Amino acid sequence: MRVQLRHRLGYLTALLVALALPQVIYPGLALDIVVWGLFAVSLDLLLGFGGLLSFGHAAFWGSAGYAAGLAAKHLGVPFPVAVLAGVTVAVLLALPIGYLSIRRQAIYFAMVTLAFAQMLFYVTNEWRGLTGGENGLQAIPRTFPGLTLPSGSAAFYYAALPLALLGYWLAWRAVHSPFGHVLVAIRDNEARAQALGYPTRRYKVLGFVLSAALAGLAGSLFALGHGFAALELLHWTTSGLVVMMVILGGVGTLWGSVIGAAVVLLLRDWLSTSTLTLAGVSLKDAWGVVTGVIFVLIVLSFRRGVWGTLLQLRLPRGGSRPAPRAGQTTAGGPSAADGG
Amino acid sequence: MPDALLAVDNLSAWYGEAQALRDITVTVREGETVTLVGRNGAGKTTTLRCLIGLHRQARGRIALGGREIATLAPHRRARLGLGYVPDDRGIYATLSVEENLLLPPTVGPDPWSLDRIYAAFPRLRERRRANGTTLSGGEQQMLAIARVLRMGARLLLLDEPTEGLAPVLVQQLEALLLEAKRQGVAMLLIEQNLRFATAVADRHYLLALGQIVDELTSEQVRERSHQILEHMGV
Repeated sequence: MRVQLRHRLGYLTALLVALALPQVIYPGLALDIVVWGLFAVSLDLLLGFGGLLSFGHAAFWGSAGYAAGLAAKHLGVPFPVAVLAGVTVAVLLALPIGYLSIRRQAIYFAMVTLAFAQMLFYVTNEWRGLTGGENGLQAIPRTFPGLTLPSGSAAFYYAALPLALLGYWLAWRAVHSPFGHVLVAIRDNEARAQALGYPTRRYKVLGFVLSAALAGLAGSLFALGHGFAALELLHWTTSGLVVMMVILGGVGTLWGSVIGAAVVLLLRDWLSTSTLTLAGVSLKDAWGVVTGVIFVLIVLSFRRGVWGTLLQLRLPRGGSRPAPRAGQTTAGGPSAADGG
Repeated sequence: MPDALLAVDNLSAWYGEAQALRDITVTVREGETVTLVGRNGAGKTTTLRCLIGLHRQARGRIALGGREIATLAPHRRARLGLGYVPDDRGIYATLSVEENLLLPPTVGPDPWSLDRIYAAFPRLRERRRANGTTLSGGEQQMLAIARVLRMGARLLLLDEPTEGLAPVLVQQLEALLLEAKRQGVAMLLIEQNLRFATAVADRHYLLALGQIVDELTSEQVRERSHQILEHMGV
């Protein structure tokens, strides 16, 4: 019981933070944290629970961003419909990409996903008539039937938040469902899961598609929120950045990914306005170096990431599940039994 | 005589160039318990892995309940009622006891309910919220067997269930397998412990260098136990 109460309080706090965020930091940054957080959660679903490190997740984030932008701009559809268009495109791409890439393991899987993402990047770059090439897609409207949301205000943040929360909920639900348990079983030992009656490839493809759908949801909200879709959405550094966020927060903790995204984005924001200099170099120009150093420090000192380490410190010894799934204990271990 | 539930006919298997099994022919009848006895490296584990389909470099016929399964993927064989318990027990450390039990799909005509499982394995009920790693070796073995019973497996493939267990746990396991047997579950198990093997099984195949060299009744195993132990190098 106590554990459940603590979990409810945790979710309530998170919701309050999400609601208050645009009042504390400027709305654009708040939206970035929420959607990059969802993007990172989508990757963690695949990496932390399916054991598959996708190094091409920008493909789904970016293609959905473009699709949502095109739908909003050329078809003039309301913003939730544009988001749906984005998610649909991400899913349609993820089916063949997932089907082909899950045939390989570990680094080969990562390389195959990267290759697909790079292909998509070049196609988008070359297909200027549709995508605007290097200029990207500019001035994407955010239409609601009857009204247009002003950019830069918190209005779009609050319009996007329910959709993002839906995405978070779906990820949480998937992890805690029998489907999630099968994914974990495949991650831990694929042959064993087969011997227990599961067509593991089909489950991996499903996990991949679900992850891509959530990445697409996040990418759509990102593009619509900023009013443009640029090539950077599809660039391999975007795939790399989201992997970094997940690792910073803690692989297999789900919520840790949001923390990881927030740390990276707040740091980037703070450094971009910082006047600090180090050895004659303005920190403003050295964002990559500073985040790199912090990344190395965190990975070396907290192997389970920020959130994973916090969970490990808090949880009673021996009672709860070991990481990488430490974050998902709903009522695990003797402590729950004692409380009830 | 009851029909053959499992009929293995001329099964051969390889690891690369090396042949590990030569023309294995094994039968398990409905409700029967059969052991594979032999020294390490004789091919016992390979045989079980071929039956469930995890070892692919194999040739021969395998029929389960009259249906040819040798070309099916492992998950299809499991869904036809094969319950494989590997020698490492195969418990998922990141899932709780109950989650492990509920993990596989239920198949076959008679999957055990959780209540039935907990009645047969009271220890698992006590520990149902604990995670896989906090279980003792014996508890893990019980859980692994309970998991495939809950799945509704008709034929259990058990790879050395008594390995590393304290004598008191071996006794418990014996009672448990006899109970499952009474309920009509057939078993093919690898066993080095001859006392245990003769207590639970009806027939025994002696394996050496990837071949079946003899087929014995429990009586014969008891009579010739010295010879067999010598053969196994124990």
